Amino acid sequence: MSLLGDGIGHLAFAGVAGGLLLGVWPVWSALAVSVLGAVAMERLRVRGHATGDLALALFLYGGIAAAVVLASRSDGGTAQVLPYLFGSILTVTPGDVGIVAATGAVIVTTITVTGRALFAVLVDEESARVAGLPVDALNTMLVALAAVTVVAAMRVVGVLLVAALMVLPVATARLVARSFRGTLVVGAVVGVASVVAGLAAARAWALTPGGSIVLSAAAVFAFTVGVTVAIGGARRAGTALPR
Amino acid sequence: MGLMPSSAGAPESVLAAYGVTFSYDGVEVLHDVSFALHPGEFVALVGPNGSGKSTLVRILLGLLSPDAGRALLFGAPPHALGERSRIGYVPQRTSLSSDLPATVEEVVRAGRLHRGQWWRSLGPSDTEAVDHALGAVALADLRRRRVGDLSGGQQQRVLIAKALAGNPDVLVLDEPIAGVDAESQRLFRDSVVHLVHEHSAAVLLVSHELGAVADDLDRVVVLKRSIVFDGPGADLVAAGVSLGVHREDLPLWLEELG
Repeated sequence: MSLLGDGIGHLAFAGVAGGLLLGVWPVWSALAVSVLGAVAMERLRVRGHATGDLALALFLYGGIAAAVVLASRSDGGTAQVLPYLFGSILTVTPGDVGIVAATGAVIVTTITVTGRALFAVLVDEESARVAGLPVDALNTMLVALAAVTVVAAMRVVGVLLVAALMVLPVATARLVARSFRGTLVVGAVVGVASVVAGLAAARAWALTPGGSIVLSAAAVFAFTVGVTVAIGGARRAGTALPR
Repeated sequence: MGLMPSSAGAPESVLAAYGVTFSYDGVEVLHDVSFALHPGEFVALVGPNGSGKSTLVRILLGLLSPDAGRALLFGAPPHALGERSRIGYVPQRTSLSSDLPATVEEVVRAGRLHRGQWWRSLGPSDTEAVDHALGAVALADLRRRRVGDLSGGQQQRVLIAKALAGNPDVLVLDEPIAGVDAESQRLFRDSVVHLVHEHSAAVLLVSHELGAVADDLDRVVVLKRSIVFDGPGADLVAAGVSLGVHREDLPLWLEELG
């Protein structure tokens, strides 16, 4: 699942290029292409026509190839799509902020309602089916939600790095939280903190925000790994001492 | 040996199969299987590896549709059953994913969600049921532990507690004691016997060894594509297959069958 965001990011990129070519607001076209593509990817996986990896590779490379072809046909050429590839907070418009806020609200509401059932599916899909949970619908909704998340974050961190912002904070949270709820909360806090720290660094040293945000998230992860390893080592040394 | 399946057809059955036949890719794994589990019964479904045990269970629960014959859950076709909390199911598996970021209690709470009310938030009655289920498998002390840190036997009990949390009328356990230590087997036996006696729930235990529960069973059903034995464990013992004391006898006998 870690690379799902990456596959969706490349689809969103194709959507951006298509939107620029057709004169549609790229955020709408990215949203449409990535949600439809993510749902198709999930259908392929469930029906067993392709393994998760293969379905992902198909959409990842298909997405980037389509983006390159579409961008080369549009008036502005490939330069137009660069802000979407690497993110550019300076070109974010009030309309972008509006859609980020709206998608954020949709995501938080959906997870509040379906989170417990999604967790039950994650623990054990077979018994969730027997319990009468709508397993296929929940799985499809989850990938569609991931696609919405990618598009929401795309303007700031860029489609190439958006997956990192979805994976790294959760990886950090898993090191420190014991519970699922704790993992969600710590992951969200680390994610927001990484964005704030990354933007501050970008402003202070004139860096590309997308890169500095993801580097912040990676630094938090590396630091947390170091601390947990040190604590684990200290505990082992402590228990090894004769009483 | 060679007793005919005698229990199928009773109207009050909890789980039932009538003349079920099923093939995977043209290979017939179940042939004309009829079977019934009644309220309050504790039945073991045994058979050699690949004898169709898990396939039969998945058909009984409506996860697979038979090629011929039919399955009934509480007297209705499996998909038509609305009250899904009446079933507790622990599928065949070795353990929970070791990197699942969740506590024991969170996993057991997931067992409170069923069709028609899976979106609701859990309240005091749910907490009470979860506490009871954790107590039944002797895991109350470990409720705040991360499931990935538990032993295989403890994880198996977490999944059984999850299935118990819905207060089911039937508990279906697929290979719950395979590779589990003796202490966990004993705790497992105690919690199942408690469930059968205190809550009058029916239990279907799928296994290739019976270990600690052999003496508590109402019936043993032996499956090898078709049902080759269905009756009290004592009849199998009388035929020279020891179920309890020499636990290795049953697996050996089953392998000879296969």
